Amino acid sequence: MIHFERFILNNGLRVLVHEDKSTPMAVVNVLYDVGARDENPNQTGFAHLFEHLMFGGSINIPDYDEPLQMAGGENNAFTTNDLTNYYCQLPAENIETAFWLESDRMLSLAFSEKSLDVQRKVVCEEFKEHYINKPYGDVWKNLRELAYTAHPYQWMTIGKELSHVENAQLQDVKNFFAKHYSPINAILVVAGNVNLETVKQLAQKWFEPIASGIKYERNLPVEPKQSAPRRKEMKADVPLNAFYKCWHIYSRLDKGYYTCDLITEILGGGGSSRLFQSLVKEKKLFSNIDCYHLGSTDAGLLSIEGKLVTGVDIKEAEAAVMEEVYNLQRHGITDAELEKVKNKTESMMAFEDMSLMSRASSIAIYELLGDADLINTELARYQAITTEDIKQEACIVFDENNSNTLYYLSIN
Amino acid sequence: MLERSIAPEIKDAVEFDLKLKPHQHFILKNGVEVFAIDAGAQDLIQLEWVFFAGNSVELQHGVAAATNSLLKNGTKTKTAFQINEHFDYYGAYCNRSCYNETATISLHTLNKHLSKLLPVLSEMITECVFPEEELEILKQNSKQKLSVNLQKSDFVANRLIDAEIYGMQHPYGSYTVAADYDKLTVDLLRAHYQKHYASGKCVMFVAGKLPDDIQLLLDQHFGHLPLSNHRPFYESIPMTFEPYTVSKKQFVTNDPNGVQGAIRMARPFPNRQHPDYTKVMVLNTLFGGYFGSRLMTNIREDKGYTYGIHSYVQNHIGNSCWMISTEAGRDVCEAAVAEVYKEMNILKSDLVDEDELMLVRNYLMGIILGDLDGPFQIIGRWKSIVLNNLTDQYFYDSINTIKHISAEELRALSNVYLNPSDFCELIVV
Repeated sequence: MIHFERFILNNGLRVLVHEDKSTPMAVVNVLYDVGARDENPNQTGFAHLFEHLMFGGSINIPDYDEPLQMAGGENNAFTTNDLTNYYCQLPAENIETAFWLESDRMLSLAFSEKSLDVQRKVVCEEFKEHYINKPYGDVWKNLRELAYTAHPYQWMTIGKELSHVENAQLQDVKNFFAKHYSPINAILVVAGNVNLETVKQLAQKWFEPIASGIKYERNLPVEPKQSAPRRKEMKADVPLNAFYKCWHIYSRLDKGYYTCDLITEILGGGGSSRLFQSLVKEKKLFSNIDCYHLGSTDAGLLSIEGKLVTGVDIKEAEAAVMEEVYNLQRHGITDAELEKVKNKTESMMAFEDMSLMSRASSIAIYELLGDADLINTELARYQAITTEDIKQEACIVFDENNSNTLYYLSIN
Repeated sequence: MLERSIAPEIKDAVEFDLKLKPHQHFILKNGVEVFAIDAGAQDLIQLEWVFFAGNSVELQHGVAAATNSLLKNGTKTKTAFQINEHFDYYGAYCNRSCYNETATISLHTLNKHLSKLLPVLSEMITECVFPEEELEILKQNSKQKLSVNLQKSDFVANRLIDAEIYGMQHPYGSYTVAADYDKLTVDLLRAHYQKHYASGKCVMFVAGKLPDDIQLLLDQHFGHLPLSNHRPFYESIPMTFEPYTVSKKQFVTNDPNGVQGAIRMARPFPNRQHPDYTKVMVLNTLFGGYFGSRLMTNIREDKGYTYGIHSYVQNHIGNSCWMISTEAGRDVCEAAVAEVYKEMNILKSDLVDEDELMLVRNYLMGIILGDLDGPFQIIGRWKSIVLNNLTDQYFYDSINTIKHISAEELRALSNVYLNPSDFCELIVV
């Protein structure tokens, strides 16, 4: 059981406090309700570029990192298609430093041309490092474009193309800040060796004077239900043929989401999973195979992907994958198999919650989803799933008309 | 009115009195040493079996890693599938890792399932069978994985720089090529297993909310195993390394269309036994060891040449090397290298000012404080101390160095260790 308290400042900033007296540390986690899905299709990669700019100095503090490091702290941030999250961990005695730093950059950034100029280059190098200069690096760019015709999940957080990042202007940065970076669109979580009263005082002192901002009302294009299979074939300078197939699933709090999460474990979760045992070990068609889903807030994708053993025909490989899928649809799973994936889920959650930082960001993300207490209650949603749910959901999701298939072939 | 331009008062992290929680220590009936940390609020436990079975004792390339990898792929009574199914059923994680000196098996589980899992671990340690078919699958899939990795400039650069520094004959410098996989046989693996696992040297590290009867439990499952090598761990490690000489510049084109170069710059460096080691840890932090380092500030935050640049001393028990590592835009690689040398020369000529030094001290103390948070982190520290044949005095010496090292000492160390001509330089595009 993870305890926390929750209060709301006058400007609308939601604050959650999780006390853990067993640690000497404190974590201050600030989540902004903006991700790559909120970007203009002609300016993609912006939420992530903006995350970099948040470290380029704020209105009253020229450098973010230095004072934090001086206080014995460290920090980082991440951007997803759904949200942007900033976190710092420091000795609990010095927690006010984090309030000072985080509140100042929520108040306003320095908006320096130099910082923008440098971070554009840094992000372009990040783009190259992860998505251009790596074999198979552009797979998800293509899969997203294939699977999403309307919803902004059709691009990755890094952006559709380098030019979008290269062309970002300072005025765009200012507009983005004004629209999304305000108390009403943020969640503050403070965790660790802290107490509620002190956190309240500090939050009132540093964050409450910031103007509330305007609540961002998300109104994204809805992805129409897919009605026919989509297929794509690409050739690239890679050593092995690779197979990718994904299906649309459910939004984050839908019951079907939890069922699909367990389905990915049954098919692709490690050494005893069905796809690995059948296709890597027995039939020897793939050298590796994975099944997972994107975990996104809006309806996401469930993906099966693997690299083929050299010489194997990709159509034969696909047929073998689908044979396992049909098997699941026809025969479902055993009680023991269900018990196994539930046990795995319980264990995974317990290990995740060991880290203070992970607890803080989980509380923030669950709060954003609408209920921070999901950190305690979500396991019950998995426990409620039956073998019949799995079978039924497998029939709905693994419909060929709901599928997007990518053959990524070696030119050699 | 709130004064936002003035930083709140802080307690300097150097004033923190950092303590490394002492470990429990006991010896199983067969002489296996166990180091234990009982801490944490959740009912979770981590166990690690460390064998002296790394690639420095293998008879042929790739044997140590393949043996380690196949520990879960069949015992006298269970198939690979059954073993995996067993761990997965209880939601436990059983991982294997192979390093230069050591090779390990680890288990992470909820306490309530521990007694169901230990018997299988015991089997894995003494009754592995290494089926032919499992090895064939491993060989094929390892070769495929290697072929993908060889297209990554960072992977290629890491291999080449180690080979350059230590030499291909040295366990730290040698790397596996596809032909090595073809030469693996089950007999080689079985022999390696018999000598270095089943009747080898094992040290255990356990941490978490330990059951009261942990010693009894471990004795029951592992105290009778023929783990008969009782030479002190450190003595088992071959420490007679050839002195190496480097000073070479290399440019390798791995991919004609590559948009980035993987840059590695390295020089030989002693291990933790050397009196300069803890001091250089501070110098390294200042130079390229944290986000505010000289290298990051200049090459990422000012020039934008890279997403990240880091320096570090490789984590080796024997000799080591001091490495600078980054991926930079193809057309700015040379410029990035020049800036690295520029930063070395500044450290050699100019004294670091007190503010920056205080920043590094506080940062390091804060990091250590955070790193000691939780049983798995604490046992990790102890493991490093034990395997490097040190005591907790090393920990306290490090703290002392962080608190008291002077700007003059750092400059003097820079003049010993940061001479550009001592560095081997490699760019892989």
